[in-house]
Amino acid sequence: MISKEEVEHIAKLARLELTSEEVKKMQKDLSEILDYFNLLKKAPKIKIRSTKSEIRNLRKDEVIPSYDIKDKLIAAAPDKKDGYIKVKAIL
Amino acid sequence: MSDLTKLTIVQAHEGLKKKEFTSVDLTKAYLENIKKFDKEINAFLFVDEKGALEQAKVADVKIKSENFGMLCGIPCAIKDNILVENLKCTAASKMLENYVATYDATVVKRLKDKGAVILGKTNLDEFAFGSSCENSAFGPTKNPHDKTRVAGGSSGGSAAAVAANMACYALGSDTGCSIRLPASFCGIVGLKTTYGAVSRYGLIASASSIDQIGPLAKNAEDAEIILEVISGKDNMDATSADFVYKEGKVNIKGLKIGLPKEYFGAGLDKDVEKVIRAAIKKFQDQGAEVIEIGMPSFEFALACYYIIQPAEASANLARFDGIKYGLSVAGEDLLDVYLKSKGHGFGPETKRRIMIGTYTLSSGYYDSYYKKAQEVREMVKQDFKKAFEKVNIIMGPVVPYPAFKIGEKFDDPLSMYLADINTVPVNLAGVPGLSLPVGKIGKLPVGLQIIGNHFQENKILSVATQWF
Repeated sequence: MISKEEVEHIAKLARLELTSEEVKKMQKDLSEILDYFNLLKKAPKIKIRSTKSEIRNLRKDEVIPSYDIKDKLIAAAPDKKDGYIKVKAIL
Repeated sequence: MSDLTKLTIVQAHEGLKKKEFTSVDLTKAYLENIKKFDKEINAFLFVDEKGALEQAKVADVKIKSENFGMLCGIPCAIKDNILVENLKCTAASKMLENYVATYDATVVKRLKDKGAVILGKTNLDEFAFGSSCENSAFGPTKNPHDKTRVAGGSSGGSAAAVAANMACYALGSDTGCSIRLPASFCGIVGLKTTYGAVSRYGLIASASSIDQIGPLAKNAEDAEIILEVISGKDNMDATSADFVYKEGKVNIKGLKIGLPKEYFGAGLDKDVEKVIRAAIKKFQDQGAEVIEIGMPSFEFALACYYIIQPAEASANLARFDGIKYGLSVAGEDLLDVYLKSKGHGFGPETKRRIMIGTYTLSSGYYDSYYKKAQEVREMVKQDFKKAFEKVNIIMGPVVPYPAFKIGEKFDDPLSMYLADINTVPVNLAGVPGLSLPVGKIGKLPVGLQIIGNHFQENKILSVATQWF
Protein backbone atom coordinates (compact mmCIF):
# COMPACT_ATOMS: atom_id res chain seq x y z
CA MET A 1 0.00 0.00 0.00
CA ILE A 2 1.22 3.45 -0.94
CA SER A 3 1.89 5.51 2.20
CA LYS A 4 -0.01 8.52 3.51
CA GLU A 5 3.18 10.59 3.21
CA GLU A 6 3.64 9.59 -0.42
CA VAL A 7 0.04 10.58 -1.27
CA GLU A 8 0.55 13.92 0.47
CA HIS A 9 3.82 14.49 -1.39
CA ILE A 10 2.21 13.82 -4.79
CA ALA A 11 -0.79 16.00 -3.90
CA LYS A 12 1.58 18.84 -3.05
CA LEU A 13 3.37 18.45 -6.37
CA ALA A 14 -0.04 18.67 -8.06
CA ARG A 15 -1.03 21.70 -5.95
CA LEU A 16 -4.07 19.75 -4.81
CA GLU A 17 -5.58 20.05 -1.33
CA LEU A 18 -6.91 16.73 -0.05
CA THR A 19 -8.88 16.11 3.15
CA SER A 20 -7.68 13.32 5.45
CA GLU A 21 -10.52 11.08 4.22
CA GLU A 22 -9.53 11.80 0.64
CA VAL A 23 -5.91 10.87 1.43
CA LYS A 24 -7.05 7.55 2.92
CA LYS A 25 -9.25 6.69 -0.08
CA MET A 26 -6.47 7.81 -2.45
CA GLN A 27 -4.00 5.42 -0.74
CA LYS A 28 -6.30 2.50 -1.47
CA ASP A 29 -7.29 3.53 -5.00
CA LEU A 30 -3.80 4.48 -6.16
CA SER A 31 -2.35 1.25 -4.78
CA GLU A 32 -4.87 -0.85 -6.69
CA ILE A 33 -4.38 1.10 -9.90
CA LEU A 34 -0.56 1.08 -9.67
CA ASP A 35 -0.65 -2.67 -8.98
CA TYR A 36 -2.62 -3.10 -12.17
CA PHE A 37 0.08 -1.18 -14.07
CA ASN A 38 2.57 -3.90 -13.05
CA LEU A 39 1.04 -5.89 -15.89
CA LEU A 40 3.25 -3.84 -18.21
CA LYS A 41 6.35 -5.56 -16.82
CA LYS A 42 5.24 -8.57 -18.89
CA ALA A 43 5.09 -6.54 -22.09
CA PRO A 44 7.94 -7.13 -24.56
CA LYS A 45 10.55 -4.40 -24.94
CA ILE A 46 10.26 -2.49 -28.17
CA LYS A 47 11.98 0.47 -29.71
CA ILE A 48 9.90 3.60 -30.28
CA ARG A 49 10.24 5.11 -33.70
CA SER A 50 8.64 8.35 -34.55
CA THR A 51 6.63 7.74 -37.70
CA LYS A 52 6.21 10.03 -40.63
CA SER A 53 2.59 10.76 -39.83
CA GLU A 54 3.57 12.22 -36.50
CA ILE A 55 5.97 14.80 -37.83
CA ARG A 56 3.61 15.79 -40.61
CA ASN A 57 1.94 18.25 -38.29
CA LEU A 58 4.77 20.74 -38.05
CA ARG A 59 3.47 23.97 -39.46
CA LYS A 60 5.27 26.60 -41.50
CA ASP A 61 7.04 29.32 -39.53
CA GLU A 62 4.60 32.09 -40.34
CA VAL A 63 2.36 34.56 -38.59
CA ILE A 64 -1.26 33.47 -38.51
CA PRO A 65 -3.66 36.17 -37.29
CA SER A 66 -5.73 35.03 -34.33
CA TYR A 67 -9.03 36.35 -33.03
CA ASP A 68 -8.84 39.26 -30.65
CA ILE A 69 -10.63 38.06 -27.54
CA LYS A 70 -8.29 39.69 -25.03
CA ASP A 71 -11.01 41.67 -23.24
CA LYS A 72 -13.30 38.66 -22.97
CA LEU A 73 -10.49 36.56 -21.54
CA ILE A 74 -9.63 39.14 -18.92
CA ALA A 75 -13.32 39.53 -18.07
CA ALA A 76 -13.39 35.80 -17.22
CA ALA A 77 -10.64 36.14 -14.59
CA PRO A 78 -11.86 36.04 -10.97
CA ASP A 79 -9.74 39.01 -9.88
CA LYS A 80 -8.62 41.86 -12.17
CA LYS A 81 -7.79 45.52 -12.30
CA ASP A 82 -7.27 47.98 -15.17
CA GLY A 83 -7.10 45.28 -17.83
CA TYR A 84 -4.67 43.13 -15.81
CA ILE A 85 -5.28 39.84 -13.99
CA LYS A 86 -4.46 40.16 -10.30
CA VAL A 87 -2.57 37.49 -8.38
CA LYS A 88 -1.35 37.25 -4.80
CA ALA A 89 2.17 38.47 -4.16
CA ILE A 90 4.66 35.73 -4.97
CA LEU A 91 7.54 37.00 -2.84
CA MET B 1 -48.17 15.79 -37.90
CA SER B 2 -46.27 12.63 -36.92
CA ASP B 3 -43.61 12.80 -34.21
CA LEU B 4 -40.97 15.11 -35.65
CA THR B 5 -38.37 14.13 -33.07
CA LYS B 6 -38.19 10.58 -34.42
CA LEU B 7 -36.92 11.76 -37.80
CA THR B 8 -33.33 11.27 -38.88
CA ILE B 9 -31.34 14.21 -40.28
CA VAL B 10 -32.06 13.01 -43.81
CA GLN B 11 -35.82 12.69 -43.15
CA ALA B 12 -36.03 16.02 -41.34
CA HIS B 13 -34.16 17.69 -44.20
CA GLU B 14 -36.66 16.24 -46.70
CA GLY B 15 -39.55 17.51 -44.59
CA LEU B 16 -38.06 21.00 -44.41
CA LYS B 17 -37.49 20.96 -48.14
CA LYS B 18 -41.08 19.91 -48.87
CA LYS B 19 -42.33 22.55 -46.40
CA GLU B 20 -44.14 19.91 -44.35
CA PHE B 21 -42.86 21.68 -41.23
CA THR B 22 -40.41 24.43 -40.30
CA SER B 23 -37.22 24.45 -38.27
CA VAL B 24 -39.17 26.28 -35.54
CA ASP B 25 -41.68 23.37 -35.46
CA LEU B 26 -38.80 20.89 -35.19
CA THR B 27 -37.06 22.90 -32.50
CA LYS B 28 -40.24 23.29 -30.45
CA ALA B 29 -40.88 19.54 -30.67
CA TYR B 30 -37.42 18.79 -29.29
CA LEU B 31 -37.72 21.42 -26.55
CA GLU B 32 -41.06 19.83 -25.61
CA ASN B 33 -39.41 16.40 -25.28
CA ILE B 34 -36.61 17.85 -23.18
CA LYS B 35 -39.22 19.35 -20.83
CA LYS B 36 -41.08 16.04 -20.69
CA PHE B 37 -38.20 13.58 -20.26
CA ASP B 38 -35.09 15.33 -19.07
CA LYS B 39 -36.02 15.84 -15.43
CA GLU B 40 -35.61 12.12 -15.09
CA ILE B 41 -32.83 11.41 -17.60
CA ASN B 42 -30.60 14.44 -16.92
CA ALA B 43 -28.98 14.51 -20.35
CA PHE B 44 -28.78 18.32 -20.51
CA LEU B 45 -26.81 20.57 -18.19
CA PHE B 46 -28.13 23.66 -19.93
CA VAL B 47 -30.96 24.20 -22.40
CA ASP B 48 -30.78 27.34 -24.52
CA GLU B 49 -34.45 27.61 -25.45
CA LYS B 50 -34.30 31.23 -26.56
CA GLY B 51 -31.09 30.87 -28.57
CA ALA B 52 -32.32 27.68 -30.25
CA LEU B 53 -35.60 29.29 -31.36
CA GLU B 54 -33.71 32.30 -32.71
CA GLN B 55 -31.37 30.03 -34.68
CA ALA B 56 -34.41 28.12 -35.97
CA LYS B 57 -36.01 31.33 -37.24
CA VAL B 58 -32.82 32.29 -39.06
CA ALA B 59 -32.65 28.78 -40.52
CA ASP B 60 -36.25 29.03 -41.73
CA VAL B 61 -35.37 32.15 -43.72
CA LYS B 62 -32.46 30.29 -45.30
CA ILE B 63 -34.72 27.31 -46.04
CA LYS B 64 -37.20 29.56 -47.85
CA SER B 65 -34.38 30.58 -50.18
CA GLU B 66 -34.11 26.87 -51.03
CA ASN B 67 -30.34 27.00 -50.93
CA PHE B 68 -29.57 25.15 -47.72
CA GLY B 69 -27.45 22.24 -46.55
CA MET B 70 -28.42 19.00 -44.81
CA LEU B 71 -27.84 20.34 -41.29
CA CYS B 72 -29.67 23.63 -41.77
CA GLY B 73 -32.47 23.99 -39.25
CA ILE B 74 -31.80 20.60 -37.62
CA PRO B 75 -31.64 20.75 -33.78
CA CYS B 76 -28.59 19.27 -32.09
CA ALA B 77 -26.90 19.04 -28.69
CA ILE B 78 -23.27 19.72 -27.81
CA LYS B 79 -21.26 17.97 -25.10
CA ASP B 80 -20.48 20.44 -22.35
CA ASN B 81 -16.72 20.25 -22.81
CA ILE B 82 -17.01 21.88 -26.26
CA LEU B 83 -17.24 25.67 -26.27
CA VAL B 84 -20.29 27.48 -27.64
CA GLU B 85 -19.77 31.23 -27.49
CA ASN B 86 -21.72 33.02 -24.76
CA LEU B 87 -23.09 29.77 -23.29
CA LYS B 88 -21.84 28.27 -20.07
CA CYS B 89 -19.28 25.50 -20.51
CA THR B 90 -18.84 23.53 -17.30
CA ALA B 91 -17.16 20.26 -18.32
CA ALA B 92 -19.56 18.96 -15.60
CA SER B 93 -17.19 20.38 -12.99
CA LYS B 94 -17.71 22.68 -10.03
CA MET B 95 -14.48 24.26 -11.21
CA LEU B 96 -16.24 25.69 -14.28
CA GLU B 97 -19.78 25.92 -12.90
CA ASN B 98 -20.07 29.61 -13.84
CA TYR B 99 -17.66 29.75 -16.75
CA VAL B 100 -19.08 31.29 -19.94
CA ALA B 101 -17.33 30.35 -23.20
CA THR B 102 -15.52 33.26 -24.83
CA TYR B 103 -15.49 31.78 -28.34
CA ASP B 104 -16.94 28.99 -30.51
CA ALA B 105 -15.08 25.73 -30.91
CA THR B 106 -14.21 25.17 -34.58
CA VAL B 107 -16.71 22.29 -34.80
CA VAL B 108 -19.45 24.54 -33.40
CA LYS B 109 -18.53 27.34 -35.77
CA ARG B 110 -18.74 24.90 -38.69
CA LEU B 111 -22.16 23.68 -37.56
CA LYS B 112 -23.42 27.24 -37.08
CA ASP B 113 -22.16 28.21 -40.54
CA LYS B 114 -24.41 25.47 -41.91
CA GLY B 115 -27.44 26.79 -40.03
CA ALA B 116 -27.51 24.28 -37.16
CA VAL B 117 -29.82 24.83 -34.20
CA ILE B 118 -28.10 24.27 -30.86
CA LEU B 119 -30.57 23.11 -28.21
CA GLY B 120 -28.15 23.01 -25.32
CA LYS B 121 -25.13 21.48 -23.63
CA THR B 122 -25.05 17.86 -22.51
CA ASN B 123 -23.85 16.07 -19.41
CA LEU B 124 -20.56 14.20 -19.14
CA ASP B 125 -18.20 12.73 -16.61
CA GLU B 126 -16.28 15.64 -15.10
CA PHE B 127 -13.67 16.75 -17.68
CA ALA B 128 -14.65 13.61 -19.66
CA PHE B 129 -13.01 11.33 -17.08
CA GLY B 130 -15.20 8.27 -16.87
CA SER B 131 -17.21 5.56 -18.57
CA SER B 132 -20.62 5.98 -16.93
CA CYS B 133 -21.43 9.71 -16.71
CA GLU B 134 -21.65 9.25 -12.92
CA ASN B 135 -18.62 11.47 -12.34
CA SER B 136 -20.58 14.58 -13.34
CA ALA B 137 -20.69 17.18 -10.57
CA PHE B 138 -24.33 17.70 -11.56
CA GLY B 139 -25.63 14.15 -11.21
CA PRO B 140 -25.51 11.13 -13.53
CA THR B 141 -27.34 10.79 -16.83
CA LYS B 142 -29.74 7.85 -16.81
CA ASN B 143 -30.06 5.33 -19.59
CA PRO B 144 -33.29 6.00 -21.53
CA HIS B 145 -33.77 2.24 -22.03
CA ASP B 146 -33.60 1.47 -18.30
CA LYS B 147 -33.43 4.38 -15.91
CA THR B 148 -31.80 2.35 -13.15
CA ARG B 149 -28.75 1.98 -15.40
CA VAL B 150 -25.99 4.29 -16.60
CA ALA B 151 -26.07 5.97 -20.01
CA GLY B 152 -22.33 5.31 -20.34
CA GLY B 153 -19.64 7.90 -20.47
CA SER B 154 -18.20 10.18 -20.83
CA SER B 155 -20.53 11.59 -23.54
CA GLY B 156 -23.53 10.12 -21.70
CA GLY B 157 -25.70 13.22 -22.03
CA SER B 158 -25.15 13.42 -25.79
CA ALA B 159 -25.95 9.71 -26.25
CA ALA B 160 -29.04 9.78 -24.02
CA ALA B 161 -30.33 12.98 -25.67
CA VAL B 162 -30.22 11.35 -29.12
CA ALA B 163 -31.59 8.01 -27.87
CA ALA B 164 -34.53 9.69 -26.08
CA ASN B 165 -35.37 11.96 -29.06
CA MET B 166 -34.30 15.08 -27.20
CA ALA B 167 -31.89 16.04 -30.03
CA CYS B 168 -31.64 14.91 -33.65
CA TYR B 169 -27.90 14.42 -33.27
CA ALA B 170 -25.11 15.45 -30.92
CA LEU B 171 -21.39 16.04 -30.72
CA GLY B 172 -19.23 14.22 -28.22
CA SER B 173 -15.55 13.64 -27.59
CA ASP B 174 -13.74 10.32 -27.31
CA THR B 175 -10.46 9.94 -25.45
CA GLY B 176 -10.73 6.28 -24.43
CA CYS B 177 -14.33 5.20 -25.04
CA SER B 178 -16.36 8.35 -24.58
CA ILE B 179 -18.39 8.38 -27.80
CA ARG B 180 -18.57 4.68 -28.58
CA LEU B 181 -19.34 3.37 -25.10
CA PRO B 182 -22.38 5.59 -24.39
CA ALA B 183 -23.54 5.08 -28.01
CA SER B 184 -23.38 1.33 -27.40
CA PHE B 185 -25.23 1.54 -24.06
CA CYS B 186 -27.91 3.86 -25.49
CA GLY B 187 -28.41 2.07 -28.82
CA ILE B 188 -27.33 4.79 -31.24
CA VAL B 189 -24.45 5.33 -33.68
CA GLY B 190 -21.29 6.97 -32.34
CA LEU B 191 -18.12 7.66 -34.33
CA LYS B 192 -14.69 8.23 -32.84
CA THR B 193 -12.81 9.89 -35.68
CA THR B 194 -9.18 9.45 -36.76
CA TYR B 195 -6.71 11.49 -34.70
CA GLY B 196 -6.39 14.71 -36.67
CA ALA B 197 -9.59 14.34 -38.71
CA VAL B 198 -11.55 16.88 -36.65
CA SER B 199 -10.23 20.10 -35.09
CA ARG B 200 -10.11 20.16 -31.26
CA TYR B 201 -9.90 23.94 -31.02
CA GLY B 202 -12.40 24.82 -28.31
CA LEU B 203 -12.53 21.34 -26.78
CA ILE B 204 -11.55 21.38 -23.10
CA ALA B 205 -8.46 19.17 -23.22
CA SER B 206 -8.36 15.84 -21.46
CA ALA B 207 -5.39 14.01 -23.04
CA SER B 208 -4.09 15.89 -26.04
CA SER B 209 -2.40 13.01 -27.85
CA ILE B 210 -5.69 11.06 -27.95
CA ASP B 211 -8.73 13.41 -27.64
CA GLN B 212 -11.00 13.48 -30.67
CA ILE B 213 -14.43 15.02 -31.37
CA GLY B 214 -17.06 13.04 -33.26
CA PRO B 215 -20.78 12.67 -33.98
CA LEU B 216 -23.50 10.74 -32.15
CA ALA B 217 -26.50 10.11 -34.38
CA LYS B 218 -29.55 7.98 -35.06
CA ASN B 219 -27.83 6.11 -37.89
CA ALA B 220 -24.60 5.91 -39.88
CA GLU B 221 -25.94 8.01 -42.74
CA ASP B 222 -26.55 10.91 -40.34
CA ALA B 223 -23.12 10.47 -38.74
CA GLU B 224 -21.57 10.80 -42.17
CA ILE B 225 -23.40 14.09 -42.86
CA ILE B 226 -22.13 15.55 -39.57
CA LEU B 227 -18.57 14.31 -40.12
CA GLU B 228 -18.46 15.93 -43.54
CA VAL B 229 -19.23 19.31 -41.96
CA ILE B 230 -17.02 19.18 -38.86
CA SER B 231 -13.89 17.52 -40.29
CA GLY B 232 -10.88 19.01 -42.03
CA LYS B 233 -7.88 21.25 -41.55
CA ASP B 234 -8.12 24.09 -39.04
CA ASN B 235 -5.39 26.69 -38.53
CA MET B 236 -6.33 26.89 -34.86
CA ASP B 237 -5.41 23.23 -34.22
CA ALA B 238 -1.90 22.25 -35.31
CA THR B 239 -2.80 18.55 -35.00
CA SER B 240 -5.67 18.79 -37.49
CA ALA B 241 -4.88 17.08 -40.77
CA ASP B 242 -5.44 18.02 -44.38
CA PHE B 243 -8.38 15.68 -44.52
CA VAL B 244 -11.30 16.10 -46.87
CA TYR B 245 -14.04 13.58 -46.27
CA LYS B 246 -15.08 11.65 -49.36
CA GLU B 247 -17.88 9.13 -49.50
CA GLY B 248 -16.63 5.65 -50.38
CA LYS B 249 -18.78 2.67 -51.12
CA VAL B 250 -17.45 -0.63 -49.82
CA ASN B 251 -18.53 -3.90 -51.36
CA ILE B 252 -19.43 -6.33 -48.57
CA LYS B 253 -18.86 -9.25 -50.94
CA GLY B 254 -15.20 -10.11 -50.54
CA LEU B 255 -14.70 -7.71 -47.59
CA LYS B 256 -12.13 -9.12 -45.17
CA ILE B 257 -13.31 -8.65 -41.59
CA GLY B 258 -10.74 -9.21 -38.84
CA LEU B 259 -11.95 -10.45 -35.45
CA PRO B 260 -9.29 -9.95 -32.76
CA LYS B 261 -9.41 -13.07 -30.60
CA GLU B 262 -8.58 -10.84 -27.61
CA TYR B 263 -12.08 -9.31 -27.98
CA PHE B 264 -13.74 -12.69 -27.48
CA GLY B 265 -11.97 -13.84 -24.31
CA ALA B 266 -13.19 -14.81 -20.86
CA GLY B 267 -14.43 -11.34 -19.88
CA LEU B 268 -17.04 -11.19 -22.62
CA ASP B 269 -20.67 -11.57 -21.51
CA LYS B 270 -22.17 -14.62 -23.27
CA ASP B 271 -25.30 -12.75 -24.38
CA VAL B 272 -23.24 -9.87 -25.80
CA GLU B 273 -21.13 -12.41 -27.67
CA LYS B 274 -24.25 -13.96 -29.20
CA VAL B 275 -25.53 -10.58 -30.42
CA ILE B 276 -22.12 -9.61 -31.83
CA ARG B 277 -21.52 -12.95 -33.59
CA ALA B 278 -25.03 -12.85 -35.08
CA ALA B 279 -24.38 -9.30 -36.34
CA ILE B 280 -21.12 -10.32 -38.00
CA LYS B 281 -22.84 -13.37 -39.51
CA LYS B 282 -25.08 -10.97 -41.44
CA PHE B 283 -22.01 -9.55 -43.18
CA GLN B 284 -20.82 -13.09 -43.90
CA ASP B 285 -24.21 -13.85 -45.45
CA GLN B 286 -23.56 -10.94 -47.82
CA GLY B 287 -20.25 -12.49 -48.85
CA ALA B 288 -17.75 -11.03 -46.36
CA GLU B 289 -14.85 -13.19 -45.24
CA VAL B 290 -14.18 -13.40 -41.50
CA ILE B 291 -10.58 -13.86 -40.38
CA GLU B 292 -9.49 -14.37 -36.79
CA ILE B 293 -6.55 -12.12 -35.95
CA GLY B 294 -4.24 -11.74 -32.97
CA MET B 295 -3.63 -8.35 -31.34
CA PRO B 296 -1.19 -9.29 -28.55
CA SER B 297 -0.79 -5.67 -27.43
CA PHE B 298 -4.46 -5.50 -26.40
CA GLU B 299 -3.59 -7.32 -23.17
CA PHE B 300 -1.52 -4.29 -22.14
CA ALA B 301 -3.47 -1.50 -23.83
CA LEU B 302 -5.71 -0.60 -20.89
CA ALA B 303 -2.81 -0.25 -18.45
CA CYS B 304 -0.95 1.77 -21.07
CA TYR B 305 -3.95 4.05 -21.58
CA TYR B 306 -4.48 4.64 -17.87
CA ILE B 307 -0.88 5.82 -17.60
CA ILE B 308 -0.84 8.06 -20.67
CA GLN B 309 -4.30 9.59 -20.21
CA PRO B 310 -3.88 10.76 -16.59
CA ALA B 311 -0.32 11.89 -17.29
CA GLU B 312 -1.47 14.21 -20.06
CA ALA B 313 -4.63 15.19 -18.18
CA SER B 314 -2.71 16.15 -15.05
CA ALA B 315 -0.64 18.53 -17.16
CA ASN B 316 -3.71 19.92 -18.97
CA LEU B 317 -5.61 20.51 -15.72
CA ALA B 318 -2.77 22.52 -14.21
CA ARG B 319 -4.36 25.55 -15.93
CA PHE B 320 -7.27 25.50 -13.46
CA ASP B 321 -5.43 27.41 -10.78
CA GLY B 322 -8.06 29.87 -9.53
CA ILE B 323 -6.31 32.77 -11.30
CA LYS B 324 -7.24 32.85 -14.97
CA TYR B 325 -10.86 31.66 -14.99
CA GLY B 326 -13.20 29.29 -13.19
CA LEU B 327 -13.51 28.76 -9.46
CA SER B 328 -11.24 30.77 -7.22
CA VAL B 329 -11.09 30.15 -3.50
CA ALA B 330 -9.42 32.84 -1.40
CA GLY B 331 -6.20 31.85 0.32
CA GLU B 332 -3.42 33.33 2.41
CA ASP B 333 -0.85 33.27 -0.36
CA LEU B 334 -0.61 32.16 -3.99
CA LEU B 335 0.10 28.50 -3.14
CA ASP B 336 -2.90 28.49 -0.82
CA VAL B 337 -5.14 29.81 -3.63
CA TYR B 338 -3.94 26.97 -5.89
CA LEU B 339 -4.42 24.28 -3.26
CA LYS B 340 -7.86 25.42 -2.17
CA SER B 341 -9.24 26.19 -5.64
CA LYS B 342 -8.21 22.78 -6.96
CA GLY B 343 -9.25 21.02 -3.76
CA HIS B 344 -12.75 22.53 -3.86
CA GLY B 345 -13.23 22.65 -7.62
CA PHE B 346 -12.35 19.09 -8.67
CA GLY B 347 -14.42 15.98 -7.99
CA PRO B 348 -13.08 12.58 -6.82
CA GLU B 349 -12.27 11.02 -10.21
CA THR B 350 -10.57 14.16 -11.47
CA LYS B 351 -8.44 14.25 -8.35
CA ARG B 352 -7.60 10.58 -8.86
CA ARG B 353 -6.47 11.19 -12.44
CA ILE B 354 -4.36 14.17 -11.42
CA MET B 355 -2.75 12.06 -8.70
CA ILE B 356 -2.06 9.08 -11.01
CA GLY B 357 -0.62 11.39 -13.67
CA THR B 358 1.54 13.32 -11.25
CA TYR B 359 2.77 10.07 -9.69
CA THR B 360 3.75 8.37 -12.95
CA LEU B 361 5.48 11.49 -14.22
CA SER B 362 7.32 12.18 -11.00
CA SER B 363 11.03 11.71 -10.70
CA GLY B 364 12.06 8.09 -10.23
CA TYR B 365 8.89 6.60 -11.72
CA TYR B 366 8.95 8.02 -15.22
CA ASP B 367 10.82 5.13 -16.85
CA SER B 368 8.82 2.34 -15.32
CA TYR B 369 5.44 3.91 -16.10
CA TYR B 370 5.29 6.64 -18.72
CA LYS B 371 8.16 5.46 -20.88
CA LYS B 372 6.99 1.86 -20.69
CA ALA B 373 3.49 2.98 -21.66
CA GLN B 374 4.88 4.75 -24.73
CA GLU B 375 6.52 1.48 -25.77
CA VAL B 376 3.24 -0.38 -25.42
CA ARG B 377 1.50 2.34 -27.39
CA GLU B 378 3.94 1.70 -30.23
CA MET B 379 3.10 -2.02 -29.97
CA VAL B 380 -0.61 -1.23 -30.33
CA LYS B 381 0.09 0.88 -33.42
CA GLN B 382 2.17 -1.93 -34.93
CA ASP B 383 -0.59 -4.48 -34.25
CA PHE B 384 -3.12 -2.35 -36.13
CA LYS B 385 -0.66 -1.76 -38.96
CA LYS B 386 -0.04 -5.48 -39.35
CA ALA B 387 -3.75 -6.29 -39.05
CA PHE B 388 -4.72 -3.86 -41.80
CA GLU B 389 -2.23 -5.56 -44.13
CA LYS B 390 -4.40 -8.69 -43.85
CA VAL B 391 -7.94 -7.38 -43.36
CA ASN B 392 -10.00 -4.39 -44.53
CA ILE B 393 -11.87 -3.76 -41.34
CA ILE B 394 -11.88 -4.96 -37.73
CA MET B 395 -14.96 -5.83 -35.69
CA GLY B 396 -15.81 -6.77 -32.13
CA PRO B 397 -17.93 -5.70 -29.17
CA VAL B 398 -17.67 -2.06 -28.01
CA VAL B 399 -18.06 -3.08 -24.38
CA PRO B 400 -17.91 -6.64 -22.99
CA TYR B 401 -21.29 -6.17 -21.26
CA PRO B 402 -24.47 -4.06 -21.57
CA ALA B 403 -25.21 -0.94 -19.48
CA PHE B 404 -24.57 -1.57 -15.79
CA LYS B 405 -26.53 -0.34 -12.77
CA ILE B 406 -26.03 3.19 -11.49
CA GLY B 407 -23.67 2.93 -8.52
CA GLU B 408 -22.44 -0.57 -9.42
CA LYS B 409 -18.88 0.45 -10.27
CA PHE B 410 -18.81 3.95 -8.86
CA ASP B 411 -16.64 3.23 -5.81
CA ASP B 412 -14.31 0.88 -7.62
CA PRO B 413 -12.25 2.95 -10.08
CA LEU B 414 -10.30 0.03 -11.52
CA SER B 415 -13.43 -1.92 -12.37
CA MET B 416 -14.82 1.24 -14.03
CA TYR B 417 -11.59 1.61 -16.06
CA LEU B 418 -11.94 -1.99 -17.26
CA ALA B 419 -15.15 -1.02 -19.12
CA ASP B 420 -12.86 0.65 -21.68
CA ILE B 421 -10.85 -2.49 -22.41
CA ASN B 422 -12.09 -2.86 -26.03
CA THR B 423 -12.13 0.81 -26.94
CA VAL B 424 -8.78 2.25 -25.74
CA PRO B 425 -6.58 0.45 -28.32
CA VAL B 426 -8.36 2.44 -31.04
CA ASN B 427 -7.49 5.74 -29.33
CA LEU B 428 -3.88 4.75 -28.67
CA ALA B 429 -3.41 3.92 -32.36
CA GLY B 430 -5.34 7.01 -33.50
CA VAL B 431 -7.56 5.01 -35.87
CA PRO B 432 -11.31 5.59 -36.28
CA GLY B 433 -13.96 3.38 -34.67
CA LEU B 434 -17.73 3.31 -34.72
CA SER B 435 -20.40 1.85 -32.48
CA LEU B 436 -23.35 0.41 -34.40
CA PRO B 437 -26.46 -0.77 -32.53
CA VAL B 438 -26.95 -4.39 -33.64
CA GLY B 439 -29.24 -5.95 -31.06
CA LYS B 440 -30.53 -6.00 -27.52
CA ILE B 441 -30.36 -8.12 -24.42
CA GLY B 442 -33.80 -7.58 -22.95
CA LYS B 443 -34.18 -3.79 -23.05
CA LEU B 444 -30.45 -3.12 -23.19
CA PRO B 445 -28.78 -2.25 -26.51
CA VAL B 446 -25.51 -3.81 -27.69
CA GLY B 447 -23.07 -2.01 -29.98
CA LEU B 448 -20.82 -3.58 -32.61
CA GLN B 449 -17.47 -1.84 -32.90
CA ILE B 450 -16.27 -1.31 -36.48
CA ILE B 451 -12.66 -0.15 -36.73
CA GLY B 452 -10.90 1.10 -39.85
CA ASN B 453 -7.43 2.25 -40.78
CA HIS B 454 -6.39 5.93 -40.45
CA PHE B 455 -8.78 8.31 -42.26
CA GLN B 456 -10.99 5.46 -43.46
CA GLU B 457 -14.14 6.76 -41.82
CA ASN B 458 -15.82 6.43 -45.22
CA LYS B 459 -15.18 2.66 -45.24
CA ILE B 460 -16.52 2.21 -41.72
CA LEU B 461 -19.62 4.27 -42.44
CA SER B 462 -20.30 2.47 -45.71
CA VAL B 463 -20.04 -0.91 -43.97
CA ALA B 464 -22.31 0.32 -41.17
CA THR B 465 -25.01 1.48 -43.59
CA GLN B 466 -25.03 -1.98 -45.17
CA TRP B 467 -25.90 -3.85 -41.99
CA PHE B 468 -29.46 -5.10 -42.07
